[in-house]
Amino acid sequence: MNRLTKTLLGCVAALAFMACTPSAWAQLTIQITHGVSAPIPIGLVPFGSDALLPVDVAGVINSDLDRSGRFAGLARSNMLQTPTTAAAVDFAQWRLVKTDYVVIGRVIASGKGTYRVEFELFNVVTAERLLGFALPATVKNLRLVAHQASDMIYEKIVGVPGAFATQIAYVSVQGTPRSRRWRLVIADSDGEMPRTVLESKFPIMSPSWAPDGERLAYVSFEGEASAVYVQTLLTGARDRVSARAGINGAPAFSPDGKRLALALSQPDGNVDVFVLDLATRTTLRVTDDPAIDTEPSWAPDGRSLYFTSDRSGRPQIYKIALTPNAQPQRVTFEGNYNARPRVAPDGSLLAVVTQDQGVYRIASVEAATGRSRVLSSGRLDEAPSFAPNGQTILYSARGAGHGVLETAAIDGSVTSRISALDADVREPAWSPRVGSR
Amino acid sequence: MNRLLAFVSVVLLSVVLVGCASHKGAVKSATDISTTGGSGSGAYTGTSSAGVGTGSALDGSSSGASRSENLTSATIYFDFDKVEIRPEYASVIAAHGARLAKDRSLKMRLEGNTDERGSSEYNVALGERRAQSVKRALLLQGATEAQLSTVSYGAERPVADGHSEESWSQNRRVEIVTLGTR
Repeated sequence: MNRLTKTLLGCVAALAFMACTPSAWAQLTIQITHGVSAPIPIGLVPFGSDALLPVDVAGVINSDLDRSGRFAGLARSNMLQTPTTAAAVDFAQWRLVKTDYVVIGRVIASGKGTYRVEFELFNVVTAERLLGFALPATVKNLRLVAHQASDMIYEKIVGVPGAFATQIAYVSVQGTPRSRRWRLVIADSDGEMPRTVLESKFPIMSPSWAPDGERLAYVSFEGEASAVYVQTLLTGARDRVSARAGINGAPAFSPDGKRLALALSQPDGNVDVFVLDLATRTTLRVTDDPAIDTEPSWAPDGRSLYFTSDRSGRPQIYKIALTPNAQPQRVTFEGNYNARPRVAPDGSLLAVVTQDQGVYRIASVEAATGRSRVLSSGRLDEAPSFAPNGQTILYSARGAGHGVLETAAIDGSVTSRISALDADVREPAWSPRVGSR
Repeated sequence: MNRLLAFVSVVLLSVVLVGCASHKGAVKSATDISTTGGSGSGAYTGTSSAGVGTGSALDGSSSGASRSENLTSATIYFDFDKVEIRPEYASVIAAHGARLAKDRSLKMRLEGNTDERGSSEYNVALGERRAQSVKRALLLQGATEAQLSTVSYGAERPVADGHSEESWSQNRRVEIVTLGTR
């Protein structure tokens, strides 16, 4: 790897002169589609380094903060100075360009593809140093370390943990109707570093992260029948945990990671919600209704499930306790179509797909009151998924030609696009926060 | 210049890293699937190529003429959010039912599909309901339970890729796939 890296860096110079547009290379690109009224102005000064770095650390942090909608990064061309040490920061210069915070840093190569990333966060108004950290990094995880720095800066200023050093899983579809390929892909939260963990000529859908971030449950139609698999990401080992006749769908890991909520069909085709114990492989029936009951999602305490049901005629969200003879309670009443609930980490909000006048959008629903608020603006938005800090919802948007991924802030202030260039991208799922990777 | 260098090297590294990653777990899984789809069930593989060859069914649906004559495969289209079979398909159902009643060794798979609108797993359930509608209709025509299986792909396997009613109406369908004699 090391030698390969050196060779690569060697030919970078040559390649740089070739006509390769960024878009031809980038797998996913981020584009802010709506701005917040008063984002916090921040300056991410390019980090100093003697080495030729594979990652623009300050640039990654700047993109992260921009995408959150809470910050507006100052363009480098507008910076009056580009200090790399605390002593060189001239706060007057930063006040002049109306920046509230400034981040400077250094990446020190410590040999054998390892680095030390040092960064400092200053409050421009008070000239106070708010953060100063040195993070060990390698060629391989330099982007991750940049995301970790984003998390620290975000939390220091906003007061809520960031969710940048996380991953997203999604399904990418390529090809014509007669010869399609489905890929299950995992990427960083900004869409970078994508890697395919499963490839099939049959549909893959509904990826769901285990709370440990090490396993994914999903539906695969290989063999022309549906089955639910749990795949360990590190080894690629797959476990087929449900393969009944009919529908095996909508897997959702319980908060303790020991159970999977599923949608399973009876021989007559009726779909109900079940809970599968992964250790004993026994299933517990949760709902029993001739209507469609599907898309279960766990309340954070693991004691109840939200799900979609059309028992009232049209799809709506219901909640049911996991106790014997529990009766479901209807949660959504606004609009004639609310489906695919996902519960925020603190349980206070649901993200759902809502339909109004023929367009499908992402809405947040207050769990306690059922009050709903539309957050996205597409025609065919679906598959919402909460960031582990509960501040952002990731979803897929179609209707613009091919499927793209977008994020929306839960306060409705901003949506950002992570657009795929040549594939239909859908069914995103945001990973839990994981300690190390 | 420096930034461009950094960018290009990032991209190259990503390519390398992705390559490395896929050499470990990823490709292994992909191979597993090919194994399952390819050699795992020879009969199904044969079927699937027959299924892919249902061009006649689709062409039939647009021309209307060959629909009831093609007995190896057929496609039944549905109205938005509906699972009821429209009267115009009575002859298709009757022909397939009669064929199943005559040859008990014959099996068919009913593949339910929806248009792209709405949530994906709800669509899977809706597609299954459509497949079950066709199954019940065929049972009434003399087919037996053992001859019929259902699968629902929801909105995952559209035959038309557009995002308007013109495409959606082609995608809301049940494909009747003959699995051959066992």
